[in-house]
Amino acid sequence: MKPRHKKLALLGVVLSASGIAVALVLNAFQSNMVFFYTPTQVAAKEAPSNRTFRVGGLVKEGTVQRQGLNVHFVVTDTAQAIPVTYTGVLPDLFQEGKGVVAQGQLDNGVFVAREVLAKHDENYMPPEAADAIERARKGQSRLEASVVAPGAAATAGAGKQP
Amino acid sequence: MIAELGHFALWLAVGVALVLGVVPLVGAQRGRSDWMRMARPATRVLLALILLAFACLIVSFVRNDFSVLNVASHSNSALPLMYRIAASWGSHEGSLMLWLLMQAGWAWAVAVFSRNLPLPMLARTLAVMGLLTLSFLLFVLLTSNPFDRLFPVPVDGRDLNPQLQDPGMIFHPPMLYMGYVGFSVAFAFAVAALIGGNLDAQWARWMRPWTTVAWAFLTFGIALGSWWAYYELGWGGWWFWDAVENASFMPWLVGTALIHSLAVSEKRGSFKSWTVLLAIMAYSLSLLGTFLVRSGVITSVHSFASDPARGQFILIMLAITVGAALSLFAWRAPSVGLGARFEMLSRETMLLANNVLLVVATAAVMLGTLYPLILDALGLGKISVGAPYFDAVFVPIMAVLVFFMGVGPLSRWKSDTMPALSRRLRWAAGVTVISALLSAWMGGKLTFMSVVGLMMAFWIAASVAADLWERIKPLKGMAGMQAPWWQRLRQLPRAGVGMMLAHLGVALFCFGVTMVGTYDIEKDVAMSPGDSTTVSGYTFTYLSAKPVQGPNYEAIRGHLSVVRDGKPVTELYPEKRVYRVQRNPMTEAAIYTRVRGDLYVQMGEVIKGETWLVRIWVKPFVSWIWFGCLVMGLGGILAITDRRYRAKAGVSVSEGAAALAGAAPVR
Repeated sequence: MKPRHKKLALLGVVLSASGIAVALVLNAFQSNMVFFYTPTQVAAKEAPSNRTFRVGGLVKEGTVQRQGLNVHFVVTDTAQAIPVTYTGVLPDLFQEGKGVVAQGQLDNGVFVAREVLAKHDENYMPPEAADAIERARKGQSRLEASVVAPGAAATAGAGKQP
Repeated sequence: MIAELGHFALWLAVGVALVLGVVPLVGAQRGRSDWMRMARPATRVLLALILLAFACLIVSFVRNDFSVLNVASHSNSALPLMYRIAASWGSHEGSLMLWLLMQAGWAWAVAVFSRNLPLPMLARTLAVMGLLTLSFLLFVLLTSNPFDRLFPVPVDGRDLNPQLQDPGMIFHPPMLYMGYVGFSVAFAFAVAALIGGNLDAQWARWMRPWTTVAWAFLTFGIALGSWWAYYELGWGGWWFWDAVENASFMPWLVGTALIHSLAVSEKRGSFKSWTVLLAIMAYSLSLLGTFLVRSGVITSVHSFASDPARGQFILIMLAITVGAALSLFAWRAPSVGLGARFEMLSRETMLLANNVLLVVATAAVMLGTLYPLILDALGLGKISVGAPYFDAVFVPIMAVLVFFMGVGPLSRWKSDTMPALSRRLRWAAGVTVISALLSAWMGGKLTFMSVVGLMMAFWIAASVAADLWERIKPLKGMAGMQAPWWQRLRQLPRAGVGMMLAHLGVALFCFGVTMVGTYDIEKDVAMSPGDSTTVSGYTFTYLSAKPVQGPNYEAIRGHLSVVRDGKPVTELYPEKRVYRVQRNPMTEAAIYTRVRGDLYVQMGEVIKGETWLVRIWVKPFVSWIWFGCLVMGLGGILAITDRRYRAKAGVSVSEGAAALAGAAPVR
């Protein structure tokens, strides 16, 4: 091979390898994105039924029930609520009336959580949870629960707990 | 008064940084050696002023001066002394002070340890570091003053976040920042060389030890953070692909690419533009990490009360720094030249593959980290990208990278042949396959991923052994090569040994990750006093839970005893703490660590009366993960003690070539 051909071959190898890598990355990205839904959206049946997603809001007061390893509670965005079940140890900062985000799947109207995330310290709540409540609050005032753009609320609501 | 003194010192430092950033730079352009010579003393004064300010901050914390807002919000009179000191970098403002201290410290180190650097190069490098310090000084003073007063003065402080009250707080942030900020040296060298137009092998040799040492510190810092999260946050894992972790991992990946491309730039004069670009990218990603963590766009243990002005300031700073550096690059890089040619099969190609793969990996992490943030910022919905994505992307990329990691060190510079290369590696390949299958079979749980992981670990270890053998095996008929192997071993250049050690660290790391990923067992179980449960051969008996008092917390301390095959193994005392000031519950896991794995026990919550939900983990070989990182970093440190970096000024290229011949034995 002439040096020029070798250089072209090398370039080809590098480019095709990068191409494969990019395809791999995008494919993995597509199939592993986890979307976030508010209890209001779940109640409106907008959430997928056979795909993992996240739901967030406040743990409704007086709803946490533990039966051995299993725990049941209700997550609310103050407008709508969704029952959640989880098996195992909850995070330290999981408390009634405080923010929470759960990741899992819907099963006959009950959200079966595989992961429960609480806020990291007393001052903050998970931005998703703050966002859900903010959206529900705006939705109630405008009577159009699910159409509100979430972005602005997220930045505004990510700060301190109400 | 002490707080005001610190504040004043910071403003004086602004003046000095401005002088340092401008005068030597202009002097270097105009050839005024008196202006250029100002760089060293200015750097010394800058460090002294920032040290003074930092000392003032620490004194405020130690003396419980709650009239300082920062102290009142992040400390408490009941906080033990060492955590009061660590609390000085436990806040947003304090962490920036730590950054400043590191920045000035690195500049000082360059001024002291670069005696043989030509004056214009030194002047430009220090000036660039002065400008970087200046931008951070302004950031601190304009948006995040750590010396702000609070009136009326509170009786006591709000205490440090309980999760941060741990020895990890004393070591993890300084180590990590040493690494982050250390890449500013590589950045400054790259920018200085672009301005001066002297990108040559000599320049790569100056830059190399600095980059390697920064990389080693970043490795230590990330590993410490991972270990700390493992034992303190109680999630039981060692890496979560959390946005904050990714923020530190991206500069590490690019930094790793940089130290490898620097090898080519130094030894063969190739890849120079690429090296410069990587140096700019490594520091830019450090800045991006700071932006992500400090601006409050992501919530985690690392984020503090967020203020949009701070995020904007860092974003502007990032834009100016990266924009200026890249414009300079676009303007000057085309004149750099290509360097020595190389064949398709050569060490250069292997290192090119290393660089491509590491940059692709960085891009993949960046996509997973930034895409949800961008989507959110644009109001297009909230998504999260979790561990499954990163695992799916990372394992294949790393598997290919590890393959090249075995081949690269054993291939020759410039050109190599397939038969020769396979001859050098055949034993390593055989050992890899046999030992991976054997150990997976002995482990009893033969999954595809665990075999791949073990093969990666054994492949690296075996190829390092093959490399070592190639370097010390007796050679017939060559002068100076007949020395016995132990003498040859002692004569090996430290750079080479450091590389082998670092690669061996990757092998240990891969082994630990695979073993934990394959054989890790978790069991949540409700236990009353006297109950026992068995997890992978270990019988855990829950004996009691008693209240105990700490200096600033109250706790319930559980007591479990562990027995295996009738023999007592250990007693474990996990705690559930409530800190008095912030009233947050905190789980303090009890961990029994051995070489072959950890036993990890956590108190969950009270079910009723004395019955607790207890979480038990058996984690085989988990500590190998961090030990592997330690070995990687130590390999880097060993490499920079190599003789050729201590060479006197004006080492010619031929002498460099001689050193090169010593580093890579003639085969």
